[in-house]
Amino acid sequence: MTNRQLLLGPLSKNNAILVQILGICSALAVTAKMEPALVMGISVTAVTALSSVILSFMRDIIPTRVRIIVQLVIVSMLVIIIDQLLKAFAYDVSKQLSVFVGLIITNCIIMGRIEAFALANKPWPSLLDGIGNGLGYAIVLLVVAFFRELLGSGTLFGIPVIPGILYQWGYANNGLMILPPAALILVGIVIWIHRARNKDLIEQQ
Amino acid sequence: MENLVNIFIRSTFIDNMIFAYFLGMCSFLAVSKTVKTSLGLGIAVAFVLLITVPINYLIDNYLLKPGALTWLLGEPASGIDLGYLSFIIFIAIVAAVVQLLEMFVEKFTPVLYNQLGIFLPLIAVNCAIMGASLFMQERDYANVAEATSFALGSGIGWLLAIIGIAAIREKLAYANIPAPLRGIGITFIITGLMAISFMSFLGISL
Repeated sequence: MTNRQLLLGPLSKNNAILVQILGICSALAVTAKMEPALVMGISVTAVTALSSVILSFMRDIIPTRVRIIVQLVIVSMLVIIIDQLLKAFAYDVSKQLSVFVGLIITNCIIMGRIEAFALANKPWPSLLDGIGNGLGYAIVLLVVAFFRELLGSGTLFGIPVIPGILYQWGYANNGLMILPPAALILVGIVIWIHRARNKDLIEQQ
Repeated sequence: MENLVNIFIRSTFIDNMIFAYFLGMCSFLAVSKTVKTSLGLGIAVAFVLLITVPINYLIDNYLLKPGALTWLLGEPASGIDLGYLSFIIFIAIVAAVVQLLEMFVEKFTPVLYNQLGIFLPLIAVNCAIMGASLFMQERDYANVAEATSFALGSGIGWLLAIIGIAAIREKLAYANIPAPLRGIGITFIITGLMAISFMSFLGISL
Protein backbone atom coordinates (compact mmCIF):
# COMPACT_ATOMS: atom_id res chain seq x y z
CA MET A 1 0.00 0.00 0.00
CA THR A 2 1.21 3.49 -0.74
CA ASN A 3 1.44 6.15 1.94
CA ARG A 4 -1.54 7.92 0.42
CA GLN A 5 -3.72 4.82 0.72
CA LEU A 6 -2.59 4.32 4.31
CA LEU A 7 -3.69 7.81 5.24
CA LEU A 8 -6.89 8.11 3.22
CA GLY A 9 -8.14 4.51 3.09
CA PRO A 10 -9.44 4.45 6.67
CA LEU A 11 -11.47 7.61 6.06
CA SER A 12 -14.10 5.73 4.09
CA LYS A 13 -13.42 2.38 2.38
CA ASN A 14 -11.67 0.88 5.38
CA ASN A 15 -13.21 2.97 8.13
CA ALA A 16 -12.58 1.66 11.64
CA ILE A 17 -16.12 2.23 12.91
CA LEU A 18 -18.24 1.63 9.82
CA VAL A 19 -16.34 -1.24 8.22
CA GLN A 20 -14.13 -2.88 10.82
CA ILE A 21 -16.68 -2.24 13.63
CA LEU A 22 -13.99 -1.23 16.12
CA GLY A 23 -14.07 1.41 18.84
CA ILE A 24 -17.85 1.57 19.02
CA CYS A 25 -18.11 1.99 22.78
CA SER A 26 -16.80 5.51 23.08
CA ALA A 27 -18.02 6.48 19.61
CA LEU A 28 -21.62 6.23 20.73
CA ALA A 29 -21.33 7.65 24.21
CA VAL A 30 -19.64 10.98 23.54
CA THR A 31 -21.71 12.05 20.54
CA ALA A 32 -24.59 13.86 22.22
CA LYS A 33 -22.75 17.16 21.57
CA MET A 34 -20.19 18.31 18.97
CA GLU A 35 -17.60 19.63 21.42
CA PRO A 36 -16.88 16.43 23.40
CA ALA A 37 -17.00 14.49 20.12
CA LEU A 38 -14.33 16.75 18.62
CA VAL A 39 -12.09 16.53 21.70
CA MET A 40 -12.52 12.77 21.82
CA GLY A 41 -11.71 12.47 18.10
CA ILE A 42 -8.51 14.47 18.52
CA SER A 43 -7.49 12.53 21.65
CA VAL A 44 -8.00 9.15 20.01
CA THR A 45 -6.16 10.25 16.86
CA ALA A 46 -3.21 11.39 18.98
CA VAL A 47 -3.09 8.18 21.01
CA THR A 48 -3.47 5.93 17.96
CA ALA A 49 -0.75 7.73 16.01
CA LEU A 50 1.75 7.97 18.90
CA SER A 51 1.23 4.42 20.18
CA SER A 52 1.61 3.05 16.64
CA VAL A 53 4.91 4.89 16.18
CA ILE A 54 6.32 3.93 19.59
CA LEU A 55 5.40 0.27 19.26
CA SER A 56 6.62 0.19 15.68
CA PHE A 57 10.04 1.36 16.90
CA MET A 58 9.97 -1.32 19.59
CA ARG A 59 8.60 -4.12 17.42
CA ASP A 60 11.85 -6.10 17.19
CA ILE A 61 12.63 -6.09 20.89
CA ILE A 62 9.21 -7.03 22.32
CA PRO A 63 8.88 -10.77 23.07
CA THR A 64 5.65 -12.04 21.47
CA ARG A 65 4.33 -13.61 24.66
CA VAL A 66 4.19 -10.41 26.68
CA ARG A 67 3.29 -8.03 23.86
CA ILE A 68 -0.27 -7.35 25.08
CA ILE A 69 1.01 -6.13 28.44
CA VAL A 70 3.66 -3.94 26.75
CA GLN A 71 1.00 -2.46 24.46
CA LEU A 72 -1.34 -1.76 27.35
CA VAL A 73 1.42 -0.06 29.34
CA ILE A 74 2.41 2.21 26.43
CA VAL A 75 -1.20 3.06 25.57
CA SER A 76 -2.18 3.75 29.18
CA MET A 77 0.87 5.97 29.59
CA LEU A 78 -0.25 8.06 26.60
CA VAL A 79 -3.83 8.17 27.87
CA ILE A 80 -2.68 9.36 31.31
CA ILE A 81 -0.86 12.22 29.57
CA ILE A 82 -3.98 13.12 27.56
CA ASP A 83 -6.15 12.90 30.67
CA GLN A 84 -3.87 15.21 32.66
CA LEU A 85 -3.69 17.66 29.72
CA LEU A 86 -7.48 17.75 29.41
CA LYS A 87 -7.89 18.26 33.16
CA ALA A 88 -5.43 21.15 33.00
CA PHE A 89 -6.60 22.96 29.86
CA ALA A 90 -10.18 21.84 29.13
CA TYR A 91 -11.65 20.94 32.50
CA ASP A 92 -15.32 21.22 31.46
CA VAL A 93 -14.94 18.89 28.51
CA SER A 94 -12.91 16.50 30.64
CA LYS A 95 -15.81 16.37 33.13
CA GLN A 96 -18.30 15.74 30.30
CA LEU A 97 -16.22 12.91 28.88
CA SER A 98 -15.88 11.45 32.42
CA VAL A 99 -14.82 7.79 32.23
CA PHE A 100 -14.52 7.78 28.46
CA VAL A 101 -11.08 9.37 28.52
CA GLY A 102 -9.82 6.43 30.56
CA LEU A 103 -11.62 4.09 28.21
CA ILE A 104 -9.42 5.21 25.30
CA ILE A 105 -7.03 2.58 26.71
CA THR A 106 -9.45 -0.18 25.85
CA ASN A 107 -10.51 1.38 22.54
CA CYS A 108 -10.34 -1.51 20.09
CA ILE A 109 -9.07 0.73 17.27
CA ILE A 110 -5.80 1.39 19.06
CA MET A 111 -5.03 -2.20 20.02
CA GLY A 112 -6.34 -3.35 16.65
CA ARG A 113 -4.03 -1.05 14.65
CA ILE A 114 -1.02 -1.95 16.81
CA GLU A 115 -1.64 -5.67 16.44
CA ALA A 116 -2.61 -5.61 12.79
CA PHE A 117 -0.24 -2.97 11.46
CA ALA A 118 2.34 -1.31 13.70
CA LEU A 119 3.98 -4.53 14.90
CA ALA A 120 4.72 -5.55 11.31
CA ASN A 121 5.63 -2.24 9.68
CA LYS A 122 8.17 0.57 9.82
CA PRO A 123 7.48 3.67 11.98
CA TRP A 124 6.58 6.11 9.16
CA PRO A 125 3.81 3.99 7.58
CA SER A 126 2.61 3.15 11.11
CA LEU A 127 2.29 6.84 11.89
CA LEU A 128 0.24 7.45 8.73
CA ASP A 129 -1.91 4.41 9.45
CA GLY A 130 -2.51 5.61 13.01
CA ILE A 131 -3.44 9.13 11.91
CA GLY A 132 -5.70 7.81 9.15
CA ASN A 133 -7.61 5.49 11.44
CA GLY A 134 -7.90 8.12 14.15
CA LEU A 135 -9.29 10.64 11.65
CA GLY A 136 -11.72 8.06 10.24
CA TYR A 137 -12.99 7.57 13.77
CA ALA A 138 -13.22 11.32 14.37
CA ILE A 139 -15.22 11.89 11.16
CA VAL A 140 -17.89 9.35 12.10
CA LEU A 141 -18.07 10.83 15.61
CA LEU A 142 -18.57 14.32 14.20
CA VAL A 143 -21.25 13.20 11.71
CA VAL A 144 -23.26 11.43 14.42
CA ALA A 145 -22.76 14.30 16.90
CA PHE A 146 -23.81 16.85 14.25
CA PHE A 147 -27.23 15.25 13.79
CA ARG A 148 -27.71 14.48 17.48
CA GLU A 149 -26.92 18.01 18.62
CA LEU A 150 -28.77 19.70 15.73
CA LEU A 151 -31.97 17.68 16.09
CA GLY A 152 -31.76 17.08 19.83
CA SER A 153 -30.75 20.50 21.18
CA GLY A 154 -31.05 22.80 18.14
CA THR A 155 -27.43 23.91 18.61
CA LEU A 156 -23.99 23.24 17.09
CA PHE A 157 -20.94 23.53 19.38
CA GLY A 158 -23.37 25.06 21.89
CA ILE A 159 -24.45 27.89 19.53
CA PRO A 160 -28.19 27.96 18.67
CA VAL A 161 -28.66 27.48 14.91
CA ILE A 162 -32.39 26.77 14.60
CA PRO A 163 -34.08 30.18 14.17
CA GLY A 164 -36.34 31.14 17.07
CA ILE A 165 -39.28 31.75 14.76
CA LEU A 166 -39.47 28.02 13.98
CA TYR A 167 -40.05 27.30 17.67
CA GLN A 168 -42.88 29.85 17.68
CA TRP A 169 -44.45 28.00 14.75
CA GLY A 170 -44.44 24.83 16.82
CA TYR A 171 -41.11 23.20 15.99
CA ALA A 172 -39.74 21.21 18.95
CA ASN A 173 -36.38 19.64 19.63
CA ASN A 174 -36.41 15.86 19.41
CA GLY A 175 -35.62 14.75 22.96
CA LEU A 176 -34.92 11.19 21.87
CA MET A 177 -31.81 12.35 19.98
CA ILE A 178 -29.99 13.20 23.21
CA LEU A 179 -30.74 9.80 24.74
CA PRO A 180 -28.42 6.82 24.20
CA PRO A 181 -30.67 4.76 21.86
CA ALA A 182 -30.58 7.48 19.18
CA ALA A 183 -26.81 7.06 18.85
CA LEU A 184 -27.19 3.37 18.06
CA ILE A 185 -29.93 3.97 15.51
CA LEU A 186 -28.01 6.84 13.86
CA VAL A 187 -24.85 4.75 13.51
CA GLY A 188 -27.00 1.99 12.03
CA ILE A 189 -28.34 4.45 9.45
CA VAL A 190 -24.85 5.81 8.67
CA ILE A 191 -23.65 2.24 8.06
CA TRP A 192 -26.68 1.68 5.82
CA ILE A 193 -25.93 4.74 3.68
CA HIS A 194 -22.21 3.97 3.59
CA ARG A 195 -22.80 0.41 2.38
CA ALA A 196 -25.44 1.46 -0.11
CA ARG A 197 -22.75 3.67 -1.70
CA ASN A 198 -19.96 1.08 -1.45
CA LYS A 199 -21.64 -2.06 -2.74
CA ASP A 200 -18.62 -4.29 -2.17
CA LEU A 201 -18.95 -3.87 1.60
CA ILE A 202 -22.40 -5.50 1.73
CA GLU A 203 -22.38 -8.66 3.86
CA GLN A 204 -23.23 -11.97 2.23
CA GLN A 205 -26.09 -13.94 3.69
CA MET B 1 -29.04 -4.37 52.53
CA GLU B 2 -31.80 -2.47 50.75
CA ASN B 3 -29.15 -0.14 49.44
CA LEU B 4 -27.20 -3.06 47.93
CA VAL B 5 -30.32 -4.41 46.19
CA ASN B 6 -31.00 -0.94 44.84
CA ILE B 7 -27.50 -0.63 43.42
CA PHE B 8 -27.84 -4.08 41.89
CA ILE B 9 -31.14 -3.31 40.18
CA ARG B 10 -29.95 0.09 39.05
CA SER B 11 -26.79 -1.24 37.44
CA THR B 12 -28.59 -4.19 35.84
CA PHE B 13 -31.50 -2.38 34.22
CA ILE B 14 -31.27 1.39 34.34
CA ASP B 15 -27.54 1.98 33.97
CA ASN B 16 -27.14 -1.09 31.78
CA MET B 17 -23.59 -1.28 30.44
CA ILE B 18 -24.70 -1.84 26.85
CA PHE B 19 -27.87 0.17 26.54
CA ALA B 20 -27.00 3.22 28.62
CA TYR B 21 -23.22 3.47 28.20
CA PHE B 22 -22.44 1.30 25.13
CA LEU B 23 -19.60 -0.40 26.98
CA GLY B 24 -18.27 -3.64 25.53
CA MET B 25 -19.95 -3.08 22.16
CA CYS B 26 -17.12 -4.59 20.10
CA SER B 27 -17.47 -8.11 21.44
CA PHE B 28 -21.21 -7.58 21.91
CA LEU B 29 -21.61 -7.06 18.16
CA ALA B 30 -19.07 -9.63 17.04
CA VAL B 31 -19.98 -12.61 19.24
CA SER B 32 -23.76 -12.28 19.38
CA LYS B 33 -24.51 -14.52 16.39
CA THR B 34 -25.68 -17.53 18.42
CA VAL B 35 -27.18 -17.75 21.90
CA LYS B 36 -24.76 -20.46 23.00
CA THR B 37 -21.49 -18.58 22.45
CA SER B 38 -22.95 -15.34 23.75
CA LEU B 39 -23.98 -17.12 26.95
CA GLY B 40 -20.36 -18.24 27.37
CA LEU B 41 -18.93 -14.79 26.73
CA GLY B 42 -21.57 -13.16 28.93
CA ILE B 43 -20.71 -15.42 31.86
CA ALA B 44 -16.98 -14.80 31.34
CA VAL B 45 -17.49 -11.02 31.32
CA ALA B 46 -19.75 -11.12 34.40
CA PHE B 47 -17.20 -13.26 36.21
CA VAL B 48 -14.23 -11.02 35.39
CA LEU B 49 -16.27 -7.97 36.45
CA LEU B 50 -17.16 -9.58 39.76
CA ILE B 51 -13.47 -10.21 40.53
CA THR B 52 -11.80 -7.08 39.15
CA VAL B 53 -14.11 -4.35 40.45
CA PRO B 54 -13.76 -5.22 44.19
CA ILE B 55 -9.99 -5.65 43.80
CA ASN B 56 -9.72 -2.30 42.06
CA TYR B 57 -11.96 -0.75 44.70
CA LEU B 58 -9.62 -1.87 47.47
CA ILE B 59 -6.54 -0.71 45.56
CA ASP B 60 -8.13 2.65 44.80
CA ASN B 61 -9.19 3.25 48.40
CA TYR B 62 -6.14 1.96 50.22
CA LEU B 63 -3.33 2.93 47.83
CA LEU B 64 -4.26 5.50 45.22
CA LYS B 65 -6.76 8.05 46.52
CA PRO B 66 -5.49 11.33 48.01
CA GLY B 67 -4.41 10.50 51.54
CA ALA B 68 -5.20 6.81 51.13
CA LEU B 69 -1.75 5.75 52.27
CA THR B 70 -2.16 7.10 55.83
CA TRP B 71 -3.13 3.64 57.15
CA LEU B 72 0.31 2.41 56.08
CA LEU B 73 2.68 5.33 56.51
CA GLY B 74 0.93 7.46 59.12
CA GLU B 75 0.27 11.19 59.10
CA PRO B 76 3.08 12.33 56.74
CA ALA B 77 1.45 10.37 53.88
CA SER B 78 -1.83 12.32 54.03
CA GLY B 79 -0.68 14.59 51.18
CA ILE B 80 0.18 11.81 48.75
CA ASP B 81 -2.16 11.50 45.76
CA LEU B 82 -1.44 8.63 43.39
CA GLY B 83 -4.75 9.07 41.56
CA TYR B 84 -3.05 9.58 38.22
CA LEU B 85 -1.80 5.97 38.38
CA SER B 86 -5.30 4.52 38.53
CA PHE B 87 -5.68 3.88 34.76
CA ILE B 88 -2.51 1.88 34.49
CA ILE B 89 -3.07 -0.11 37.71
CA PHE B 90 -6.68 -0.93 36.85
CA ILE B 91 -5.78 -2.20 33.40
CA ALA B 92 -2.92 -4.27 34.83
CA ILE B 93 -5.28 -5.96 37.32
CA VAL B 94 -7.83 -6.61 34.57
CA ALA B 95 -5.19 -8.09 32.25
CA ALA B 96 -3.86 -10.35 35.01
CA VAL B 97 -7.32 -11.65 35.97
CA VAL B 98 -8.21 -12.30 32.33
CA GLN B 99 -4.96 -14.21 31.84
CA LEU B 100 -5.80 -16.43 34.84
CA LEU B 101 -9.35 -16.97 33.61
CA GLU B 102 -8.06 -17.92 30.17
CA MET B 103 -5.78 -20.61 31.60
CA PHE B 104 -8.63 -21.86 33.78
CA VAL B 105 -11.14 -22.10 30.90
CA GLU B 106 -8.58 -23.72 28.59
CA LYS B 107 -7.90 -26.41 31.17
CA PHE B 108 -11.44 -27.20 32.31
CA THR B 109 -13.79 -26.43 29.40
CA PRO B 110 -11.83 -26.71 26.12
CA VAL B 111 -15.07 -26.63 24.10
CA LEU B 112 -16.00 -23.21 25.42
CA TYR B 113 -12.38 -22.13 24.96
CA ASN B 114 -12.48 -23.00 21.26
CA GLN B 115 -15.84 -21.30 20.77
CA LEU B 116 -14.80 -18.05 22.38
CA GLY B 117 -11.56 -18.05 20.40
CA ILE B 118 -9.93 -14.65 20.21
CA PHE B 119 -12.60 -13.02 22.36
CA LEU B 120 -11.42 -14.50 25.62
CA PRO B 121 -8.06 -12.67 25.67
CA LEU B 122 -9.87 -9.64 24.27
CA ILE B 123 -11.97 -9.42 27.44
CA ALA B 124 -8.87 -7.66 28.79
CA VAL B 125 -9.60 -4.79 26.43
CA ASN B 126 -13.38 -5.09 26.78
CA CYS B 127 -14.55 -1.60 27.66
CA ALA B 128 -17.23 -2.98 29.99
CA ILE B 129 -14.61 -4.32 32.40
CA MET B 130 -12.39 -1.25 32.47
CA GLY B 131 -15.48 0.98 32.35
CA ALA B 132 -16.98 -0.65 35.43
CA SER B 133 -13.79 0.01 37.39
CA LEU B 134 -13.76 3.65 36.27
CA PHE B 135 -17.45 4.12 37.11
CA MET B 136 -16.79 2.52 40.49
CA GLN B 137 -14.08 5.13 41.05
CA GLU B 138 -16.22 8.01 39.78
CA ARG B 139 -19.34 7.12 41.77
CA ASP B 140 -17.35 6.70 44.97
CA TYR B 141 -19.16 3.72 46.51
CA ALA B 142 -19.14 3.75 50.29
CA ASN B 143 -17.75 0.27 50.90
CA VAL B 144 -16.57 -2.84 49.11
CA ALA B 145 -19.98 -4.52 49.39
CA GLU B 146 -21.59 -1.73 47.37
CA ALA B 147 -18.86 -1.97 44.75
CA THR B 148 -19.36 -5.75 44.53
CA SER B 149 -23.11 -5.34 44.18
CA PHE B 150 -22.52 -2.83 41.37
CA ALA B 151 -20.11 -5.25 39.64
CA LEU B 152 -22.56 -8.15 39.89
CA GLY B 153 -25.43 -6.04 38.56
CA SER B 154 -23.39 -4.72 35.64
CA GLY B 155 -22.22 -8.22 34.72
CA ILE B 156 -25.74 -9.64 34.77
CA GLY B 157 -27.03 -6.67 32.80
CA TRP B 158 -24.37 -7.27 30.14
CA LEU B 159 -25.23 -10.99 30.07
CA LEU B 160 -28.95 -10.22 29.63
CA ALA B 161 -28.23 -7.78 26.83
CA ILE B 162 -26.01 -10.11 24.81
CA ILE B 163 -28.36 -13.08 25.17
CA GLY B 164 -31.30 -10.90 24.12
CA ILE B 165 -29.60 -9.63 20.98
CA ALA B 166 -28.29 -13.10 20.10
CA ALA B 167 -31.79 -14.56 20.32
CA ILE B 168 -33.13 -11.83 18.04
CA ARG B 169 -30.27 -12.26 15.56
CA GLU B 170 -30.90 -16.01 15.32
CA LYS B 171 -34.45 -15.23 14.16
CA LEU B 172 -33.24 -12.43 11.86
CA ALA B 173 -31.52 -15.01 9.67
CA TYR B 174 -34.95 -15.71 8.18
CA ALA B 175 -35.89 -12.08 7.63
CA ASN B 176 -35.68 -10.23 4.34
CA ILE B 177 -33.45 -7.24 5.18
CA PRO B 178 -32.35 -4.58 2.64
CA ALA B 179 -28.90 -5.66 1.41
CA PRO B 180 -26.79 -2.72 2.70
CA LEU B 181 -28.38 -3.03 6.14
CA ARG B 182 -27.66 -6.74 6.44
CA GLY B 183 -25.47 -7.91 9.30
CA ILE B 184 -24.04 -5.13 11.38
CA GLY B 185 -26.37 -2.28 10.36
CA ILE B 186 -29.59 -3.98 11.41
CA THR B 187 -27.92 -5.14 14.64
CA PHE B 188 -27.22 -1.52 15.55
CA ILE B 189 -30.80 -0.48 14.93
CA ILE B 190 -32.20 -3.41 16.92
CA THR B 191 -29.84 -2.64 19.80
CA GLY B 192 -31.19 0.92 19.70
CA LEU B 193 -34.77 -0.34 19.89
CA MET B 194 -33.85 -2.66 22.78
CA ALA B 195 -32.25 0.33 24.51
CA ILE B 196 -35.51 2.27 24.16
CA SER B 197 -37.39 -0.60 25.79
CA PHE B 198 -34.85 -0.74 28.61
CA MET B 199 -35.48 2.97 29.21
CA SER B 200 -38.89 2.00 30.59
CA PHE B 201 -37.06 0.78 33.71
CA LEU B 202 -36.10 4.40 34.47
CA GLY B 203 -37.04 5.47 37.97
CA ILE B 204 -37.48 2.01 39.44
CA SER B 205 -36.12 1.76 42.97
CA LEU B 206 -37.00 -0.17 46.10
